Amino acid sequence: MSRARLFWRKAVNNVMLTLTGVAALGVVSVLFLILGYLIWNGGASLNLNFFTQLPKPVGETGGGMANAIVGSLKLLFLAAIMGLPVGLMAGVYLAEFGGKTFSFVIRYTTDLLNGVPSIVIGIFAYSLVVLPVKHFSTLAGGVALAVMVIPITVRSTEEFLRAVPGNMREAAMALGASKWKTIATVVLPAASGGILTGMLLSLARVAGETAPLLFTAFSNRFWSQGWEQPIASLPVMIYTYAIAPYDDWHRQAWAAGLVLLGLVLVSNLGARFILARTKAV
Amino acid sequence: MSATATTIAHEVPPKSGLRAFVHKLRSGDEIAHLITLVFAASILLITSLLVIELWKTSHLSRAKFGWMFFWTRTWDPIFDNFGAAPFIYGTLVTSAIALVIAVPLGLAAAIFLSELAPRKISDGISFLIDLLAAVPSVIYGLLGIFIVVPLMRTTVGPAIKSVLGFTPLFSGPNYGVGFLTAGIVLAIMVVPFIISVSREVLLTVPREQREAAMALGATRWESTWQAVVPWARTGILGSVFLALARALGETMAVTMVIGNDPKITASLFAPGYTIASVIANEFTEATGDLYLSALIELGLVLFLMTFILNGLARILIVATERGGGRPA
Repeated sequence: MSRARLFWRKAVNNVMLTLTGVAALGVVSVLFLILGYLIWNGGASLNLNFFTQLPKPVGETGGGMANAIVGSLKLLFLAAIMGLPVGLMAGVYLAEFGGKTFSFVIRYTTDLLNGVPSIVIGIFAYSLVVLPVKHFSTLAGGVALAVMVIPITVRSTEEFLRAVPGNMREAAMALGASKWKTIATVVLPAASGGILTGMLLSLARVAGETAPLLFTAFSNRFWSQGWEQPIASLPVMIYTYAIAPYDDWHRQAWAAGLVLLGLVLVSNLGARFILARTKAV
Repeated sequence: MSATATTIAHEVPPKSGLRAFVHKLRSGDEIAHLITLVFAASILLITSLLVIELWKTSHLSRAKFGWMFFWTRTWDPIFDNFGAAPFIYGTLVTSAIALVIAVPLGLAAAIFLSELAPRKISDGISFLIDLLAAVPSVIYGLLGIFIVVPLMRTTVGPAIKSVLGFTPLFSGPNYGVGFLTAGIVLAIMVVPFIISVSREVLLTVPREQREAAMALGATRWESTWQAVVPWARTGILGSVFLALARALGETMAVTMVIGNDPKITASLFAPGYTIASVIANEFTEATGDLYLSALIELGLVLFLMTFILNGLARILIVATERGGGRPA
């Protein structure tokens, strides 16, 4: 009786532990499946034209997405110059100056803003920037992405500033440096690797966002001049090309998917690399 | 230049009052404090502005439909008659399917990573799972359209139908697109969040908790399931809420595989629609102010749903990491 029970318990133990391993491997293998499919389908249709030419009119095969690549970079540039400084400064406030209650409120709001669905951020940017002027614009897309960059940057900046040892601050202050001088010349440089990583990761995340751009930056089959016109971006192009009924467009959607995923994964790996090197120093 | 700097440094700092404030200003501390404070406060401003804008621009729809908006099943842009019921239904059903698949899978993987795998392997796998979380949603949609949908239509769907086809959940024609496909794609997308948060929470469970169970003769699995997981259950619940909030708001991948048909159907094979997808699909085509306003009210509903869930999730996770969810 008790021997049978022990056998049963050991069997359950082995089966369940194996299942947890299978689950972990299963989830990880999805990443490789995604990579494999994109390289297989996208690699075949990726060529120089993709990076140098404009989209061809419907019905003609060939052409590329040069305008969407530049468009994505322009949108990211806007998101970076509007979002990163706000995130950095707010992070400095939380880590170095903040009191108790107000900091808690800011932190909580930041987390909630981080959890707002990206499509809702799109509506926000639409009513803020598009509605008053009645046309889609690069600027509106940049605002939408900037709103998403801020909360990610705030939390990572705060986290890395807090990791700077307190005795470094004390040493600087003992030498007569004021608080802001300590922060600017000792604390920020010490945490710069981590802060940079956080910024890079936040840009990598919004680089793949489609939903907030659909009705802010919209799309454009031509080059977009300045900041006032609608602009094409890689994620929106992937979406429109994938749901269109043309085989040649599907081919290009795969190619664009490969480029976008490559961009996102490389910046993620780059960010970890910076972090690992700063930690070693 | 250097002369002034020296005089300031040698000045005896005044004790109190206006002069003390001026002295601090001169050293820059108060200015730096003030500047960073303004930036921090701007986050509050942005968030409240977001709520105000959604509330203001959805005014037309709220005034016309009132609470009936939530119960009305028609979505008719031609006669300007809008109801949210099919979209709320679609959002809840797809998210529920996603959780049914993702929670056991994610929890199992998190247990493997925190309890069984050696630290190095665990960190390596966690890194890959973080990369999986970084894959843009439109890429999941791309794979959904061209890989998952055909697979559902030709292989998985018919297989499920042959076993469970007698239940209303799996009756009706199988087009490949629909609630089930959207739920499966969503499950794959939210599983990394469940794994990474649950793993963190499980790692905070004290060692003694495991050792005590093992000392009483428990097997590895029994100690994990009866001593470790209950301790961390509040935090795990938090990770599930976070995943749910993600699933509710997920737009692109769902839009590409759900079929975009505003109907309430029992069959999971049937095409449906979610709040986020209808906004993505119809926002730029919305002619007429009421149409646009109804779409924005849907956005407001979505915002409130995720807002509440995220708030709860944060509280739960913080609560476990601070004190541990002692088994009752």
